[in-house]
Amino acid sequence: MRLLTDAGPSLAAHQACHGQLRLANRQAIIDEVDHSGLLGRGGAGFPTARKMRTVAAGSKPVVLGNGCEGEPASGKDHRLLSSHPHLVLDGLQAAAHAVGATEAHLALHRGSAALPLVRKALAERRDVVQVTVHEVPPRYVSSEESALVNLVNTGEARPTFTPPRPFEQGIRRRPTLINNVETLAHLGLIVRHGADWFRSVGDPEEPGTQLITVSGTVVEVPTGTTLKALLGKLSGLQAVLVGGYFGTWVSAAQAHDLTLTHRDLRAAGGALGAGIVVGLPEASCGLLETARVAAYLASENAHQCGPCFNGLPAIASAVKALALGPWDDATMSDLDRWLNVVPGRGACRHPDGAVRFVWSALSVFAEDVARHRAGQPCAGIQAPPVLPLPRPTSGGWR
Amino acid sequence: MRVRVNPIDCTAHGLCAELLPEWISLDEWGYPAIDDQPLPAQLVRNARRAAAACPTLALRLERE
Ligand SMILES: Cc1cc2nc3c(=O)[nH]c(=O)nc-3n(C[C@H](O)[C@H](O)[C@H](O)COP(=O)(O)O)c2cc1C
Repeated sequence: MRLLTDAGPSLAAHQACHGQLRLANRQAIIDEVDHSGLLGRGGAGFPTARKMRTVAAGSKPVVLGNGCEGEPASGKDHRLLSSHPHLVLDGLQAAAHAVGATEAHLALHRGSAALPLVRKALAERRDVVQVTVHEVPPRYVSSEESALVNLVNTGEARPTFTPPRPFEQGIRRRPTLINNVETLAHLGLIVRHGADWFRSVGDPEEPGTQLITVSGTVVEVPTGTTLKALLGKLSGLQAVLVGGYFGTWVSAAQAHDLTLTHRDLRAAGGALGAGIVVGLPEASCGLLETARVAAYLASENAHQCGPCFNGLPAIASAVKALALGPWDDATMSDLDRWLNVVPGRGACRHPDGAVRFVWSALSVFAEDVARHRAGQPCAGIQAPPVLPLPRPTSGGWR
Repeated sequence: MRVRVNPIDCTAHGLCAELLPEWISLDEWGYPAIDDQPLPAQLVRNARRAAAACPTLALRLERE
């Protein structure tokens, strides 16, 4: 274990386990991160060094750690922030130092149980770069990076039109490095132990370890671990959700040999996302699970972009009809059209993720679709929900 | 050149699809669906007019 050690959350315990944080010169850190091959752990798997270089080249950069963990089925960031906050805070300092930032920000959902723990950890430290903690409205799109920049700039956590992307022009128009808190925790170790150490485990192209949330339990595994090894056995499961609600369903048969890498999952039409894996038991109805999530994602649109705030509710109600009826053939052709017309037309990728998730359900649960359409929904519609959904938020965007 | 819409600013007036029908169609909710290929040279003039006519200035021509 690299991140999830036995060390307690205090600074003393952290330093006893990992040693003091000593930072080399800026350029050396970025080169080391480059050699390490570290990819972002927030979902897209973007090379961290590349973002750092761009931001470092700009004037008066800013860094922001993204600890919101907007994916309902993910628990890794919360686990890191509450059990190993100093690893994240070391990474945030290292990132600030490397890009030449004199201010740092850390974003968590409002109401998160990790907030007081993070504040306590910050109070124990004597950091060179001061860290401002932001409480973000607990909504799915509010932790998208342009929404976080918008929150700091204007108080409203809704995505903005890009370009400029945050790494070009972000907080107070300065180039802003935004990284997931797990990415930062790995960075906190790379500056201590070096790139070769980091690369010594995991997939050669996407090295290191990664945190995976398996049906609510957080584990640290080498990148490239197979789904089969992770889940132990696949018997009793009809499908696996990989990548959270920005990811896809994968059939149990297909899941067998898949590794948890961006490469493999992209090739299979899916996404590793933030490392979320949920097995769907045979007794459940994949279409109903999908309908619930589609309704949630629709309700979480920011009401800004027409194709998203019209398209996602339309898609969600069609999927619900597919799961529970009443069903007619026009619904299928409507759904098909909406799934084709909506992607790529929002300011952020929220609609694209929702569409990909629904597409994957139609293909993985194709037999169920045929049965439901024939008026024979599966018994699984009585089963309790498997995929977690937060309670509906009534709050606004501030 | 490419034509892009800022989907946050767009409020579905639909003028762009009238002025540049070769490149822009409207979805069933009235929002423009735009071909994201490079714009052919002969359409640039009309694209400029469409961008200038957009009531919310949501339509823009972007150099690559
Ligand atoms: C709708 C939406 C929600 C997102 N929510 C999160 C989130 O909760 N946490 C996170 O780290 N990244 C989230 N992201 C990705 C961020 O925009 C950004 O890419 C990420 O924080 C960059 O960190 P990384 O390079 O270390 O992966 C979200 C993206 C989208 C489109």
